[in-house]
Amino acid sequence: MMSETAALLHARPMVPQIAHVHRRRHDAPDAWTLELEMASGERFHYAPGQFNMLTAFGVGEAAISVSGDPADGPLIHTIRAVGPVSKALTQLGPGDPIGVRGPFGVGWPMAQAEGRDVVVVAGGLGLAPLRPALYRLLGERDRFGKVTLLFGARRPEEIVFRREVEHWRSRLDIDVEVIVDHATGDWHGNVGVVTNLISRLGVDPAKTLAMVCGPEVMMRFVSMALVDKGVGEEAIYLSMERNMKCAIGQCGHCQLGPTFICRDGPVFTYERLKPLLAIKEL
Amino acid sequence: MENLERILSDHPFFHGVNKGFVELAAGCAKNARFEAGDFIFHEGEAADQFYLVREGRVALQVAAPGRGAATFLTLGAGEVFGVNWLVPPYRWVYDAKALERCRLIAMDAKCLRGKCEADHSLGYDIMKRLMPVLIDRLHETRLQFLDLYGSHG
Ligand SMILES: Cc1cc2nc3c(=O)[nH]c(=O)nc-3n(C[C@H](O)[C@H](O)[C@H](O)COP(=O)(O)OP(=O)(O)OC[C@H]3O[C@@H](n4cnc5c(N)ncnc54)[C@H](O)[C@@H]3O)c2cc1C
Ligand code: FES
Repeated sequence: MMSETAALLHARPMVPQIAHVHRRRHDAPDAWTLELEMASGERFHYAPGQFNMLTAFGVGEAAISVSGDPADGPLIHTIRAVGPVSKALTQLGPGDPIGVRGPFGVGWPMAQAEGRDVVVVAGGLGLAPLRPALYRLLGERDRFGKVTLLFGARRPEEIVFRREVEHWRSRLDIDVEVIVDHATGDWHGNVGVVTNLISRLGVDPAKTLAMVCGPEVMMRFVSMALVDKGVGEEAIYLSMERNMKCAIGQCGHCQLGPTFICRDGPVFTYERLKPLLAIKEL
Repeated sequence: MENLERILSDHPFFHGVNKGFVELAAGCAKNARFEAGDFIFHEGEAADQFYLVREGRVALQVAAPGRGAATFLTLGAGEVFGVNWLVPPYRWVYDAKALERCRLIAMDAKCLRGKCEADHSLGYDIMKRLMPVLIDRLHETRLQFLDLYGSHG
């Protein structure tokens, strides 16, 4: 049986469902996390790595990945204010309405990751789309081999989900390394770029699957560093962002070569993306 | 001595170096240990050592006006630092500080330069090992400048 939300999306994919902001948290200097409740009262189901089109009414729509726990709790999005839509979204407060279309896209390869070592590499707010995958990896820990999170941020104060990252660090069943480009104040952790952490990483390349999310330039260099470690291009998964309008493969806004990011992605293997990464922003 | 040779050939920087070279290089090496917070060297001093990290983490820092010491790179086990030993005027251009207890191999720069000069094969081998480290660091520095995370993922 399809849920009411899923049935409506299926029938009218361009019409947003109404949700309300339940809570809003400041996560980084320019990023906020919104907890949403569907007006229908239903739970919102999605797979790690999928995204929604969020509407700030009267302003517009933007593609935003789900950053919450797919197994539990409210619908969560973490948004960086960069332009009109994302600014309007991040300024919504408790009780405000918001439009939700989705979930869209192919998420992280959770099934393929089973039985393998998983290296999660996040750059900046790229940790947001990876967080649902981390919840799944840690929630079903026995299904996976060694789990490692490598996280690069610009500065210590720009580390998103800081308390959670600290909690993961304290766990014994995941290796967490954080590195910042620019150390300030009392930071005693790693300083340098995230690729640095990969070169120091002990990996069993044949057993390893990588999930990478961050700006494209970061993902390119991370992929190359993983390939240098012997990880296969087909075992490196990246989440791509390109400008989106319809999110259902109709408008062509997100097209990258023969690929539609909204429909065929946003998660792809490096093997598939490598030739396309040379195509700059459209 | 025998022990130092083994330690050297176990370090990634010397992996695969032929035995004769390791023996030569070991003649310039000694173990060194620093506690958390110790400075290993200071900017402006003579670069008379080349360091290989065996254990612990080291921060390379430059004092920035109004900001105090700014760390621009941290290094850990298996890595090397202090490459100024190779290029005149052999002077440190940053501070190196132990972030935790560190066990290092310190190689006497004058001794190592002398051996590289006397045996160009050894010198060339060492150069081939240092060059990728320098190129990688240059590339990483460029990425740091690019401000990779400015636009989000
Ligand atoms: C699949 C997918 C998932 C996404 N997930 C998230 C997410 O979880 N959180 C999130 O905050 N964003 C996410 N984005 C990015 C988000 O969709 C865009 O940042 C958003 O469309 C910006 O809309 P805007 O109207 O606010 O800004 P625009 O008016 O589109 O842009 C304003 C300015 O910001 C620049 N800009 C646009 N996008 C970005 C960007 N991503 N980073 C930096 N500068 C940018 C533009 O070039 C322009 O100069 C995702 C995008 C895709 C395709
Ligand atoms: S956003 Fe319209 S085709 Fe992908």
